[in-house]
This record gives sequence, C-alpha cells and structure tokens, in this order.
Amino acid sequence: MINPQMVMYEEEFNQIQTVVDRLVRDANAKVVFIVDKNGQLIAASGDIDNVDTTSLASLTAGNIAATGGMAKLLKENEFATQFHEGEKANIHIQLVGNRVILVVIFDARSSLGLVRLRVKKSSEELNGIFESLLKKVAEPGADSPFAEITDEDIDNLFND
Amino acid sequence: MSFINYMAREINCKLVYYGPGLCGKTTNLQYIYERTNPEAKGKMISLATETERTLFFDFLPLSLGEIRGFKTRFHLYTVPGQVFYDASRKLILKGVDGVIFVADSQIERAEANLESVENLRTNLAEQGYALDKLPYVVQYNKRDLPNVASVEELREMLNPTNVPDYEAVARTGVGVFDTLKAVAKLVLTELRKGGGA
Repeated sequence: MINPQMVMYEEEFNQIQTVVDRLVRDANAKVVFIVDKNGQLIAASGDIDNVDTTSLASLTAGNIAATGGMAKLLKENEFATQFHEGEKANIHIQLVGNRVILVVIFDARSSLGLVRLRVKKSSEELNGIFESLLKKVAEPGADSPFAEITDEDIDNLFND
Repeated sequence: MSFINYMAREINCKLVYYGPGLCGKTTNLQYIYERTNPEAKGKMISLATETERTLFFDFLPLSLGEIRGFKTRFHLYTVPGQVFYDASRKLILKGVDGVIFVADSQIERAEANLESVENLRTNLAEQGYALDKLPYVVQYNKRDLPNVASVEELREMLNPTNVPDYEAVARTGVGVFDTLKAVAKLVLTELRKGGGA
C-alpha cells in the first residue's frame, strides 16, 4: 500500500468547508472547490448548483496529472499554479501541499491578483488541515467502516 | 485509493478500463451510461480526438447504492489504447482501486492484447502497484465477430492467474455489467480487508 487511504472526518471537513466558504467571499469568486489528485471532490462552495462539480473535479485532476507529467519531463518538481482565462469565466488551479487541488472559478467581478492573494492564504491553512488529517488517518485504530461488511451486503448492491 | 467521506457518508472508488486500441473500452462505458438510471449516473466525459479515438480518458461517475449507510460511488475511467499515448495511460492509473482489462478477441489482435497487458503491468509497477494484488478482471470482447480466438486460447494468453473473466459484446451490452459487477465486488471485498490499495 503506497498511499494511505483518503478519509474525511466531520471535524476536518468542517474546517475545510469554512476555508472554502470564506475564500468564495474574500476572492469574490463564483465557485471554489477542492479535489484530491485522483479526482475525488472533497468540498465545494459558491454557486455550485449551476456547475457539474463531479465532472470538473475529474477534469481538474486530469489536468494537474498531465501538467505534472510535463513537469517531470522538464525535470521540474511540479507546476503548482495554472490559470485559464475565458471570455466570461476564469479558472485558477492551485496544487496544495502536493496533495489536493484548490480550484477557484471567477468572473469580471474579481481579478487574478485578488484571487492569487486569497488563494495563497487559504492554501497555507488547507495544508495544515490536510496534514493533521493524514496523521489522524495513519493512527492505529482508525478502522474502515467496511471491515464489518458481509458478502451478503455486497451481493445486495447488485440485486436490482 | 478509495476515498471514505464520513461527513457525506460516501465511499468513492476508481475503476480503470485498460486494453489495446479499439478493443471497446469506451464502448463499455457508453453502454453502462445508456443503461443506467439518470439518478445513478453523472455526465459521461470523453476526451477524444476528432476521429473519436480516446485522447486522454473517458469518465463516468456511477452510484451503486448503499452499504451500511454509506453511498457507494464508482468513478469509471478508460485509458487511451493507442501505443503512443503511454504517458497519458500512466496518469490515469494513479489512485486506481480496480482494473478491467478489455481484450479484443480477434485473432489478429492477439499480439496487441499481450503487449497491452504487459504495458498495464509495467505502468502499475511504476506507480507502486502489483497487478496480482489489485482487484482485477478480464473481459474477452467482440465475441460476435467471425475471426475470434477461442476463450481457452485467450485465457491461456491473457489470464494466467485465473482472475474472473467474462465474454462480452460491448456494442450490444453482452457481458458489460457482469464485468463491472465482478470488479466492483472485488474492490468492496478489498475494502473490507482494510486494504484500499
């Protein structure tokens, strides 16, 4: 097992959500979300009813993976920041602690400078939260809720 | 690497369809997409070339239902099959929980199948995974074509470790859900062991 299992608990989730909610306000953003490097959506805030966050999460992770691949070829560690400018919407992608991806979608009501500034602060906070989360996951006794499932439970999923 | 979210009471797993070019990986996903209730699926994304060859990946999020109060969600990915897209294939394997190898049953694709399964093994090893330890199933696709190798021959070539394998015609859906269920079961069984590769 090379990676510890990604687990999210209520306490850390609430801390992350607080950071993300605040970033939406402070950066005048439309949507902010956090994805792990495998494309799983961790938290989202803002006008999320009008965007397909699941698809965006997967594409963002693909994007970061491809950019990481390019970095490796150029003997760079990572390209930690990406920015895509559209006619109406812009997207700022920041790798946090080489672990999760912080995505900010914004329009003309904000600016790249403001977003970069706020993202920097939020990244530091998020990095701390994820570090303590990983420690917690690595602690013995943090059992999977699936340790107790039976063959029957699994079969029942496929019965319809 | 599965993702357990206690807050949302969700478990997310990543499945990857691997195989040589034009073996039917995308067709598997398209069939699953067409036959799944709208509330159980998200949008299917295909990053393809103008000639509809997979360029980076296809993606389909799927909900299977609940286990012990946890929603089980599977993210299905395909890799680009063409040999020269190897760098992209490696990226898709990151964080994988289960692999489906889709073989093209046609006799003339025997070498391409072998090359692809070897490539799968190598690329997984680069990420620190051993194919023999991952939830893994094999699908012999295109069984409806006239020039196919026998299942015994294919099994000997491509499935020496005797993992669950299925005959399929992905275009019409034969064997598609059997293959998916088999690998999903293996992944959930692995989670019970506290694995989660």
